[in-house]
Amino acid sequence: MAWLIDREVKERVRRIELPWSRHGVDPCGITQRDVARMFTLIGWLYRRYFRVTVVGIGNVPGRGRAMLVGNHSGGVALDALMVLASTFYEMEPPRLAQGMAEKFINRMPVVSQMTLGAGQLPGLPENALRLLTDERLLMVFPEGARGTAKLYRERNSLVGFGTGFMRLAMETRTPIVPFGFVGCGEAIPTVMNLVKLGKLFGVPYIPVTPYIFPVPRPVALRLEYGEPTVFAGTGAEDDEVIAGHVAKVTDQIAALIARGVEARS
Amino acid sequence: MKVLITGIAGRLGQLVAERLVDEGHQVIGIDRRAWVGAPRGIELHEIDIRKRAAEDVFRKHRPDGVIHMATVTHLTVQSEDRYRINLHGTRAIFDHCHAYGAKQAIFVGRHTYYGAAHDSPLYHREDDPPMGGTTFPELADLVAADLYAGMALWRFPELQTAVLRICYTLGPARVGTLAGFLRGPRVPTVMGFDPLFHFLHERDTAEAICAALGAKLRGVFNVAGPPPMPLSLIVKLAGRKTIPVPEPLFRFALGRFGLPRLPEGALQHIKYPVVIDASAFRAATGFAHRHDEDRTIDGFRDGYDRG
Repeated sequence: MAWLIDREVKERVRRIELPWSRHGVDPCGITQRDVARMFTLIGWLYRRYFRVTVVGIGNVPGRGRAMLVGNHSGGVALDALMVLASTFYEMEPPRLAQGMAEKFINRMPVVSQMTLGAGQLPGLPENALRLLTDERLLMVFPEGARGTAKLYRERNSLVGFGTGFMRLAMETRTPIVPFGFVGCGEAIPTVMNLVKLGKLFGVPYIPVTPYIFPVPRPVALRLEYGEPTVFAGTGAEDDEVIAGHVAKVTDQIAALIARGVEARS
Repeated sequence: MKVLITGIAGRLGQLVAERLVDEGHQVIGIDRRAWVGAPRGIELHEIDIRKRAAEDVFRKHRPDGVIHMATVTHLTVQSEDRYRINLHGTRAIFDHCHAYGAKQAIFVGRHTYYGAAHDSPLYHREDDPPMGGTTFPELADLVAADLYAGMALWRFPELQTAVLRICYTLGPARVGTLAGFLRGPRVPTVMGFDPLFHFLHERDTAEAICAALGAKLRGVFNVAGPPPMPLSLIVKLAGRKTIPVPEPLFRFALGRFGLPRLPEGALQHIKYPVVIDASAFRAATGFAHRHDEDRTIDGFRDGYDRG
């Protein structure tokens, strides 16, 4: 199916450095077709619908394993899509960031196929470890679904970070590139989350906005990458040590968010 | 080396046997089925592995190596008998190996051991737990046989035991689970899902089994060759047509409209991938596949063996 695929996007996808087979499929099931289709859709949001400012893309390594770690906000994971777009459109050659998606996504027909084909695997430690060992670019939101559940007034705050990403980064000696994302909380201003209704649809919750539906408004978004850090260790350290490292990353992200808020005002 | 093969009359058994004969081994075979046109030099016994006659073969020949391939799937035996063949048969073979001084035993198992689920890791390593039996009851006996065979590692430490979990086999013979699924001109898929399928050319599979024998492999190993491929692409390259069926209608549609009949549990295996990491096997044996994914599918589609 060639429809919904932009020619320029297709060309960029081909230049992503992944072990593509003759049929444009990689060993993790990423297909050039699905990636191109995803970026044709996201590209329009990224370039036309929102005004996205990306700062510090040079901090994302051009090759080799790396972990992009940042904040969530705004009902649905719009920020994740924009992060994907930033490494795809702003890097030469383009890089495909691979997110650690919520497991429920994999149960949904069509959505599951689209996300897996575009390299967004279920968020399992085994998957993350494999991708990093394969020298790929991982995108992690340690807040998880708690992060997207933030209400409008909490949009630029951070909620509890998991520690799994830090242990994994240390075990694999992967540089962590922090990023702060500002604006998604305004694009989708959540006033309430419907948890019970969400369960009926097989999702954690359904966000409600003042205009009911979680349809994003065309606002200015700002994504800033900070400098990469490699945390020394084995990943088997005590919780206190890990928590200390996680706090460092959280502080870096909070600072990037604060800078973003200031720059946008 | 004197090698005894159970399930020798199956296509894979034949390929392994022919290979071993070519390599200069003495091959003895046991199977309930006949092998018409078997090469000279292979001694065949048309018996059941669970019967006394099978033990007599062990007693008389005292093989050095045993390759146990006489397990059956729900595709061939649709009854409780399957449990008896797979579990009692495996038990008998390992007991005989121990009693009659075999040095090596290879259990040929399947990668579907790991089962397909929405929340399982994409690449399975040997230490992943078997989830196949929970969603796909027709696999439970094979999972049990695999685990039972693995017990030989501590029950009979003197016996070099290798448990192989081999991905789907595909090729000109058109036998096996995946080949059966792809047999007709129309292949049903679950609408909105396109899982990766991991497969290996039948000749490469035979070579891998022989490589395990040659390397005196001990332990549990995943066996695969080329990287996995999305089901829709396999179907297309095989010259078939995918028929995406919405999941609620799937059970109703199977066995009708020219679509194959499948057990209910098989649905999970058409929705989600079972993909394995075979790096440990490659490192231990030096095995490298000769047929890439395209050649393998070509062989299946044309039914022509280029060797």
